[in-house]
Amino acid sequence: MNTPLALEQRRFRPGFWTAVFGILFVAFCGVTFLRFSKGLGAVTHLSDQFPWGLWIGFDLLCGVGLAAGAFTLTAIVHLFNLKRFEPIVRPTILTGFLGYAFVILALLFDLGQPWRIWHAIIYWNPHSVMFEVAWCVMLYTTVLAVEFSPVVFERFGWHAPARFIHGLITPLVILGVILSTLHQSSLGSLYLIVPTKLHPLWYSPMLPLHFFISAIGAGIGMVILESHLSRRAFHRHLEMDLLEPLARGMVVALGIYGLLRLEAIHRNGSFASILAFGYEGRMFLLEFTIGVILPVALMSFRRLRTHPDWLVGSAFLAVLGFVANRLNVSITGMERAAGVRYIPSAMEIIVSLGLVAIGMAVFAFAVRTFHIFPEGAVQPAPRPPGRS
Amino acid sequence: MSVGLLFDTTRCIGCGACSSACKEQNKLPGPVEEVTTAYTWTTVQPREGVNVRKLCMHCAVPTCVSVCPVGALQKTPEGPVVYDGEKCMGCRYCIMACPFDVPKYQWDRPVPVVGKCILCAGRVKEGKPTACAEACPVEATIFGKREDLIWEARTRIRKEPDKYLNHVYGLSEAGGTSVLMVSGVPFEKLGLKADLPNEPPAMKTWQVLSNIPDFVGVWAVFLYGVHWITARREDVAKVENHGNGRSSKEDRS
Repeated sequence: MNTPLALEQRRFRPGFWTAVFGILFVAFCGVTFLRFSKGLGAVTHLSDQFPWGLWIGFDLLCGVGLAAGAFTLTAIVHLFNLKRFEPIVRPTILTGFLGYAFVILALLFDLGQPWRIWHAIIYWNPHSVMFEVAWCVMLYTTVLAVEFSPVVFERFGWHAPARFIHGLITPLVILGVILSTLHQSSLGSLYLIVPTKLHPLWYSPMLPLHFFISAIGAGIGMVILESHLSRRAFHRHLEMDLLEPLARGMVVALGIYGLLRLEAIHRNGSFASILAFGYEGRMFLLEFTIGVILPVALMSFRRLRTHPDWLVGSAFLAVLGFVANRLNVSITGMERAAGVRYIPSAMEIIVSLGLVAIGMAVFAFAVRTFHIFPEGAVQPAPRPPGRS
Repeated sequence: MSVGLLFDTTRCIGCGACSSACKEQNKLPGPVEEVTTAYTWTTVQPREGVNVRKLCMHCAVPTCVSVCPVGALQKTPEGPVVYDGEKCMGCRYCIMACPFDVPKYQWDRPVPVVGKCILCAGRVKEGKPTACAEACPVEATIFGKREDLIWEARTRIRKEPDKYLNHVYGLSEAGGTSVLMVSGVPFEKLGLKADLPNEPPAMKTWQVLSNIPDFVGVWAVFLYGVHWITARREDVAKVENHGNGRSSKEDRS
């Protein structure tokens, strides 16, 4: 391990952001202590009227959704055999794995008794969507870890286990795609049980399909965004020849999703509640404009798709709109039935931000330590043998 | 034989004996609160000139039982929906999903559990009525077999149609409940949900979940099929390139 070397090469400049992260980390530790010593009521704005808040709406729903790039890209490369996308598979799998680790950590905060998280393994209830969610989290995190493991093995020169995993890549990818399909859709299924509580702008018997397809769109958006961020951080070039066709895929996914949403709203007869321009209507318009209309409209033009700034900007909008949608389903759409307004407490936000920051730090560490980008590790590392 | 409660708003005097008896029976700490909480499983509230009880309805097909990932909530054959705090991991899906907003959480505790009326399952098993029914001085809450209670409710409505609405609340709400209510004031004005479908909400998720095994099989075959076709295409392309696209078959042999 030459981690000290990696740290040295980071050209660490303590500045504004270091201070922000330092304060955030201290606050995060404080809230963690309060959460586990005083209970959920002491740190959150959750209540009997509003039992699921930011940690479910953002951390769980968005964490899983934005990890969707991993299964989309592994399917493109290993099942549809479009090998030219291979160079960006590794960072995507890493993001997927970190996304799922983020979800599990967040659940440890959100569950009332997190030390019993393993109960889902021994006490079964196949009638519960949450049971399906729990198993998908466990199994897909494992699959992502195994898919990523060759990168770690190569780093330490263990070629035999790396080759073994490579031999299993097709069944692994198929398993990953199946689990992801189930998991992405099951997060939507969670809300099938509340037809009288979730606002008709979001409730639909097709919620599982909405969640699945929007996750593909936003997952591709994340792949583009993350290529951009790593380019900025590590002075790499943007793989425009790969990202441009991905943007086309994003347009198709978001376009289908947008039509399905409009159809569902039409079926519920809820267009009137958009036109009424009330609280829910405005939140829907916000979500739909930034998450569907703008990215689809912008990325339909070849000239904008091939321009890095427009491409990255549209991907950012798609991701932002996705987050808005999940928060609308889990919070905005549930408020009327609950009879209360839920605004997350500062401490809930600190935990979510803290976990995102930890995820980003681990990502930065991983790209410096392992061969993740086509150029190799960001520090000089022995070039691993060819990957299949 | 399934049992339940019948609550009659026209009889209730709002004395609160049911809430106190419930506290005592279930050893719940603190005084009786205004609204139901994890520590107050039933309340009596004055509304529209009558008094109305709030408690778990004990659904025939309970939403909370269907959503609990670890099976901590169960419907017993006698009728009560009971809760096992030893299994619960605190996901709070039951609180979020219950169509009657019944389960409550111990937000103030570092090791919290859910609190809700369990229809005195222990007493019921011994053949005794619930503590609240036993404590009621005016028989506003009565305990009995669900069929008998439905009969009783309908008899009261038939005998005094001016006094009662022609609606037994709980007969078909969310698929039917073990707790039934009759009233002269519309139920939605008493803070009870009036828009509940007759189909249990649990059916909505089961329609999706029951299809998962089939879906996994079909999806796996489809995905492998795609891989097989694309890999095969690549093999063929390789061979054809090698043989300049003409004598590909001979090259491979």
